[in-house]
Amino acid sequence: MTEFMRKHKGRRAFLSVCTIPALILFSVFMLYPTLNIFIISMYKWGGYSQHREFVGLDNFVKLFSDAKFWQSFQNTVLLIVIVTIVTMAMALLTAAVLTREKLRFKGFFRVVFYIPNILSAVVIAAIFSAVYDPSRGLLNTLLSFFTGGSAGQVLWLGDQKVVIYSIAIAMIWQAVGYYMVMYTASMSSVPESMYEAASLEGAGRVRQFFSITIPLIWTNIRTTLTFFIISSINISFLLVRAMTSGGPDGSTEVFLSYMYKQAYTNSSYGYGMAIGVLVFLFSFALSGIINLVTRRDSVDL
Amino acid sequence: MNRGDKLYRIFIYVVLILFALSIIVPVGWVFLASLKENAEFYQNPWSLPAGLYFENFARAWQEAHMGEYFLNSVIVTAVALGILLVVALPAAYVLARYKFGGRRLLRTLFMGGLFINVSYIVVPIFLMLVDAGNLVGTPIFLNNRFVLALVYASTALPFTIYLLSGYFQTLPKEYEEAAYVDGSGYMQTMIRVMIPMARPSVITVILFNFLSFWNEYIIAITLMTQDWAKTLPVGLMNLMKAQNAAAQYGQMYAGLVIVMLPTLILYILVQKKLTQGMNVGGLKD
Repeated sequence: MTEFMRKHKGRRAFLSVCTIPALILFSVFMLYPTLNIFIISMYKWGGYSQHREFVGLDNFVKLFSDAKFWQSFQNTVLLIVIVTIVTMAMALLTAAVLTREKLRFKGFFRVVFYIPNILSAVVIAAIFSAVYDPSRGLLNTLLSFFTGGSAGQVLWLGDQKVVIYSIAIAMIWQAVGYYMVMYTASMSSVPESMYEAASLEGAGRVRQFFSITIPLIWTNIRTTLTFFIISSINISFLLVRAMTSGGPDGSTEVFLSYMYKQAYTNSSYGYGMAIGVLVFLFSFALSGIINLVTRRDSVDL
Repeated sequence: MNRGDKLYRIFIYVVLILFALSIIVPVGWVFLASLKENAEFYQNPWSLPAGLYFENFARAWQEAHMGEYFLNSVIVTAVALGILLVVALPAAYVLARYKFGGRRLLRTLFMGGLFINVSYIVVPIFLMLVDAGNLVGTPIFLNNRFVLALVYASTALPFTIYLLSGYFQTLPKEYEEAAYVDGSGYMQTMIRVMIPMARPSVITVILFNFLSFWNEYIIAITLMTQDWAKTLPVGLMNLMKAQNAAAQYGQMYAGLVIVMLPTLILYILVQKKLTQGMNVGGLKD
């Protein structure tokens, strides 16, 4: 064996040792389960029984006439729209203020705003349950203090018309800080000279925000938007499961909580996974649409 | 400074302070509530605790088994971080710095993994582990802390590899060349020279994944069905349900503090690293 060949062989072995464990773990615990979502969705399979019957696309046909599924669809879309718009607006504005203005305690604000992001979804659910409690909650007692104690009590988690917005507030509370920190980072790389030039030409703060800051960090906004929407589908599930379990009467049921419920409470794995497939397709389609809609000629620094 | 400017600044401060209060007040309130006696929960929630009722913590720790769950969480988080680093570091290094057949495929796979959310695949993972248990004859893969850690590590691989290989790519080639000239082998070069150089990104990876493993509950609640095997967030879910039934408010808030205190302490210690680390990664799951 020549020196070159031995070295070459060593290289192959080294590369294999380095990549194969990661590939195995990834395949077993991510790739295979993902493929399984699609496979199981075509079976009728309940409970722990070994009996699995292939039913083709029956589960999907059933889904289209399942009113509860459509309700969870509606709730998910509503949450995505509200939470995305409000979170993005708040994160961008606070980030712009914290990078552009000469303020005191900037570091303090940044540290505090990021706190919700390090808390478990269960912790956030517990905190908001305490805030929203109808008679002894922080929010209602605060409101009654301002209105002189006579205000009708809002059932933040009990009123079917209100509860979805209560969840939205918790989601926004959870997310703003993280995206603010991220935008602060990219905004601080915008050169000061651009703002100076704009000031000289008489552009005010608002104008600078829309004509300089936003276009220059647009690439960053685009990427975060896609990930934000995917993670919203996830976080809405985590919070709903711990806070309301989809109730009252399905008014906070979201995609994944309905999927989980079908799979476990109802023991119909096939049906549950059919929902999973649709959620998958939905989030991919949505990412695609967002990518298209937000396409701009990129501005290079 | 003119009048409009002054008003504008006041307005900004008011908004920022209100926003900060909306975070500090509820989180701080939980700490205060964890020291209240049960009777105090029927009074105004804004009142301060009458005394320091640490009994809540003792009861949460023992009667509600939060002590055991704490230990489970520590074990699972530590083992998961260990597995993750051992598996992800070499893979990230090799993917960032070597050209070989299959590299593109591997990269695409792991990149695609960034889009797979654990909440989607938790049901198939559960079914797979049930099936594997049937195959062996006993359900040894459920209620198994090592398996839970393995699942955590695996689902964190795409993000971790993405972040680490991004960092490895920025390191200059000269270090490896010098090591090879000195007669150091591939493995040795990686372990002795390159991985130590990636320390900043390794710390970032540990921080982010510590938080996500410690806080995770949907996989844990699915795979850990027996009481003794539960992790802290799952135990907290139990306490939340129990408080409604048995009015054990103090205990519940003590449990809440037990879950979030480690993450808050870590955050205060390393908050600079955490918020800067995001610029290295740019995104998270």
